[in-house]
Amino acid sequence: MSNSTASTQSTSSTSDDTKSKIWQIDLLPSDGFPDRLAEKILADTSDFGLPESLLIKTARTFLIQGNLCLADVQRIGNEFLAEPVVEQTVIAENGDAVFNQPPAGTNALTYVMPLPGVTDSEAESALLAIQQLGFDVDAIGTVRKYWISELSSDQQTLLCEKLLCNESIEMTVVGPLKVDDLQLGRAYQFALNTVPIQTATDDQLVEISQQWQLSLSLVEMQTIQSHFVALGRDATDIELETVAQTWSEHCSHKTLAGRIAYTDENGTHQYESMLKETIFAATMQIRADLGDDDWCVSVFKDNAGIVKFDDQYNVAFKVETHNRPSALEPYGGANTGIGGVIRDTLGTGMGAKPICNTDVFCFAPPETPFEDLPPGVMHPRQIMKGVVAGVRDYGNRMGIPTVNGAVYFDPRYVGNPLVFCGNVGILPKDKSFKEPQPNDLIVSIGGKTGRDGIHGATFSSAELTESSDITSGGAVQIGNAITEKMLMDVMLKARDLNLYTAVTDCGAGGYSSAVGEMGEELGAEVWLDRVPLKYEGLSYTEIWISEAQERMVFSVPESNWDAFEKLCSAESVQATVLGKFTPTKMLTLKYGEEVVGEISMAFLHDGRPPIVRQANYSPATVTAYQPGGDADYQSGLKQILGSLNVASKHWIIRQYDHEVQGGSVIKPLVGVQNDGPGDAAVVRPVLDSRRGLAISCGMNPHYGELDTYHMAASAIDEALRNCVAVGADPSMIAVLDNFCWGYTDRPETLGSLVRAAIACQDISIAMQTPFISGKDSLHNEFSYTDADGQRQTISIPATLLISAMGQVPDVANCVTMDLKKAGNLIYQIGITGDHLGGSHWNLVTDSSGGNVPTVDTNVAKLTFAKLHAAISAGHVRSCHDLSEGGFAAAIAEMAFAGGLGARIDITTMEAAGDIDASLLDLVLLFSESNTRFIVEVEPANQIAFETAMTDVAICRLGEVTNSMQLQIESDGETLISAAIGELKEAWQSPLNWN
Amino acid sequence: MSQPKAIILRAPGTNCDQETGYAFTQSGATADYIHINQLMENPAVLAKYQILCLPGGFSYGDDIAAGRVLASQMQSKLADAISEFHSAGKLVLGICNGFQILIKTGFLLPQDESGLPATLTWNNHGRFIDCWVNLKTDNAKCVFLKDIDQMYLPIAHAEGQFVARDAATMDYLKSNNQLALTYCRPDGSHEADLEFPANPNGSTQNVAGVCDDSGRIFGLMPHPERFIDPTHHPRWTRQPVAAVGEGLAIFKNAVHYFD
Repeated sequence: MSNSTASTQSTSSTSDDTKSKIWQIDLLPSDGFPDRLAEKILADTSDFGLPESLLIKTARTFLIQGNLCLADVQRIGNEFLAEPVVEQTVIAENGDAVFNQPPAGTNALTYVMPLPGVTDSEAESALLAIQQLGFDVDAIGTVRKYWISELSSDQQTLLCEKLLCNESIEMTVVGPLKVDDLQLGRAYQFALNTVPIQTATDDQLVEISQQWQLSLSLVEMQTIQSHFVALGRDATDIELETVAQTWSEHCSHKTLAGRIAYTDENGTHQYESMLKETIFAATMQIRADLGDDDWCVSVFKDNAGIVKFDDQYNVAFKVETHNRPSALEPYGGANTGIGGVIRDTLGTGMGAKPICNTDVFCFAPPETPFEDLPPGVMHPRQIMKGVVAGVRDYGNRMGIPTVNGAVYFDPRYVGNPLVFCGNVGILPKDKSFKEPQPNDLIVSIGGKTGRDGIHGATFSSAELTESSDITSGGAVQIGNAITEKMLMDVMLKARDLNLYTAVTDCGAGGYSSAVGEMGEELGAEVWLDRVPLKYEGLSYTEIWISEAQERMVFSVPESNWDAFEKLCSAESVQATVLGKFTPTKMLTLKYGEEVVGEISMAFLHDGRPPIVRQANYSPATVTAYQPGGDADYQSGLKQILGSLNVASKHWIIRQYDHEVQGGSVIKPLVGVQNDGPGDAAVVRPVLDSRRGLAISCGMNPHYGELDTYHMAASAIDEALRNCVAVGADPSMIAVLDNFCWGYTDRPETLGSLVRAAIACQDISIAMQTPFISGKDSLHNEFSYTDADGQRQTISIPATLLISAMGQVPDVANCVTMDLKKAGNLIYQIGITGDHLGGSHWNLVTDSSGGNVPTVDTNVAKLTFAKLHAAISAGHVRSCHDLSEGGFAAAIAEMAFAGGLGARIDITTMEAAGDIDASLLDLVLLFSESNTRFIVEVEPANQIAFETAMTDVAICRLGEVTNSMQLQIESDGETLISAAIGELKEAWQSPLNWN
Repeated sequence: MSQPKAIILRAPGTNCDQETGYAFTQSGATADYIHINQLMENPAVLAKYQILCLPGGFSYGDDIAAGRVLASQMQSKLADAISEFHSAGKLVLGICNGFQILIKTGFLLPQDESGLPATLTWNNHGRFIDCWVNLKTDNAKCVFLKDIDQMYLPIAHAEGQFVARDAATMDYLKSNNQLALTYCRPDGSHEADLEFPANPNGSTQNVAGVCDDSGRIFGLMPHPERFIDPTHHPRWTRQPVAAVGEGLAIFKNAVHYFD
């Protein structure tokens, strides 16, 4: 915290007049209208043990610097900034005593404002609009103002640090605010930095890597050293940074793409490139098997995987992780996560138009007591609220429906939450490939460049610690969705006018990564002094590696430049020529006339020494099921429905616009009251076509404790089940992998990952379900020093997200999971085995043991195909997949979603294997065996349905009733008899937040 | 008259332009997508059209307040052109963010000596919400709602709570048939102020849409363009749904107004 003066950040326009005045406008709720910001903060204060009597009053404050008189500022405040009716203003020169008068009941004043350089889109919009109104304004800053009632100084610090201000992006000023200058930046004096690498000892090489935050190993530093020794010169800072970024784990995936010696109970296998030989290889084999029917278009090479959609279009799909930034600043981390993955599909082929988002999160339980948190971590409820808000604000503003998602809770995500952001895009078939041409211009459009996110690529490849929030601040950014929306609008127009030959996004590594990748085959010369900056003072290296958001790089033939530029400027999008793709096979970086870096593309992309790692795996020993308590079936069912992973996520879902673009077919919440848990969302991306896309996911971190092979197999089966359940064609489902793992330098941690990758390979080939893209995030661990001075590390559970994109030939055939009508028949499809290992029954009843669910791909392939045929023929009224909580949870969800009861008798339900008679009912109700569904069939379609399902295990178990009661019997004994309202309440209440 | 021409106004952050234009073309109009920069440069373009539509989205990111920045641009650069457009008997429709913009320009409910008579502010629960709502019309004046009694449409907004300056303003708007669209129960009933979720944002007297004194300028928070296909309905898989979504009637009314 600083004291009463501050030089705050803002958006500034170029002006020599720094003597202009700074005015302050406070916007306060009018009498009788609520103080919403204060209410939001007070809702969370009890999490931190702050007194209930705490009173907070807030104001939205604007600081305006310019040649203005009081009357001008009053007009700006009252007619432009203040909401009519609901807000009132206080307007004076900044520093005036009028701003220091506490409202009744409060005494302490705190201002919170963005740190210098952090994106402040509201200030940018205000500056633009106020200048357009004709006022002479130079800069604007936005500030939040808090008046607080009496607190001890410790409590006040706690309130500031945990709820009022996020110190990784904001700063607080306690007491009156006096700002000297809102304009940012100072002139940059060019100086070339050379690093004496030729003569460095090994110790010095390690020191160089640390000092420059390169995250490079000694072997890698030695390789760089030999390269420069051979060139006979030292390296410049920008050369080292470029190599570090290109070779970073985040950008090159060197661990999983590298050499791995893997040992498990079946022996040792030597991989030259693990991912290539498992997951990629599976896709290659499927494509070869399909021959002329191959429907993959571009896999594992572009920013997203591309598959065929219809005669005119292909579709692209990508899911990314944004874990580390989200741990430090959940809003900005999630915000830039979704912004980044949208740019991935925009930067795929010649550019795909984003049509829907999918978002999956992993958090620690939100009820975790504050006292139990390790030092340096945010409360999980704050993380969750911030992440959801970040995704919401970016996705909604981009006008992309967020249609699918999941949230998993486990205490081990406490210091390292996971944020997966995915996007599907659609592109004309002939725009699926790109190639920059020699001497094309390198053109950047979109946002300006600042010091945002310097070292994001190398930071995301390192472990989090309790001091990460202090040392990594530069790596955290806030997005500006509207900048990206504007960029998207013009780029899709430029695409259709064939104005460029290639495009890619600026993600981790900024221009370094984007230009380095695009120019890999040709070479590139970059003129760094031309890059438009947010403020002066950036060095050439900062410009090159900045990860400022909302930028994309194009290769534009010189003859198209005028048309390209005109198109951009017509919609107020800045386009800048940064250089040329020169056919030299060299990356040449210039600042003015000075060459500041020159590296061969060959060394950059192929010079990295291979990493060789050991990986071991031994599956956990199977133990017999051991009941944990005396929970009966009914209370167990309610506890499962109310467990965080299963419980309704409506609080999140309804904050996302899931209908924008006008293609919604199956919404995330379905049923008679629009509130039941749908299996997958379906969208119709082309407004005048009936063809749909189904988006779903599968993830089972709990099974990973038993065997990561079966965890991965189950996650694929679950993603496919969800897609098939709504009507997608199982022969055309594309999947993505996202591995989030702990510290993979440990052989057993890497072993558990390789084992999961082998499962992906096996299941993918057997099911003919290709992986088309993927992304991994390693070293997800959080380290801290505990109260006894011991170093502690929390590793996340092995977490594999499988995202699936299916196709529905005619959306009229889609079905939902809610029961439809009394008298209809209820069937289970599939065979139940003793698969209580890792189950939610075990989780909520504290039971242990049992087998992990496995996948029989022959059964799965046939089941999916037959069920799809039955759904397409209209024989199925509702369909729901069986996952967490098994049969009992699924039928309960179907009943309360449909507002109907069900009478079920499981006496005749088939079970596989030798199951202890005393456990049979438990297994039939709660086992989580894969490849199972419940379907509802009208009596008139009974024969047609049963005939369609020939050779698949189906079992008629009962019927839909009007009783509003779920009744499950076995052998004349009632196992469960519960009102559906009660079950629904148990499911809805845990996360029914305000 | 020949096929009416609709201008779909785009601005930074507009995002419902394509599906709104599609709804107009499905209703028999042509739709052109024109950027605000182009219109501000040459307001005369407007004269070629019969319908001006401000579609949903987040113009300028909802910065400062939803619709505020674009409203300010339109007030300062397009007030005369829009006034002429309106005087010529043409139609203006604002959906969601378009409604927020129309309210903040004063084109819908004109400013008087005490400022704007009403606003759309934060939902009373403080959150963005996407859900479906039942709506009841007062179509005595509003040409967009001709022959429509009740509708079921989705909303998706954070700042949709209609608040007027005082009770007298509400009384006047109501008696003048300007409170054209209100949230209601599924059976069409509503008291003065319904509770959540029937009234999804706390709007005074359940107001969901307002027309001007002529009935030819109309703003509404719900998205009629998101219910033009039967599969848009959240329960189409469980109950019979008409072959055409209920929202299309609003666009058809606009088009047929020029018959």
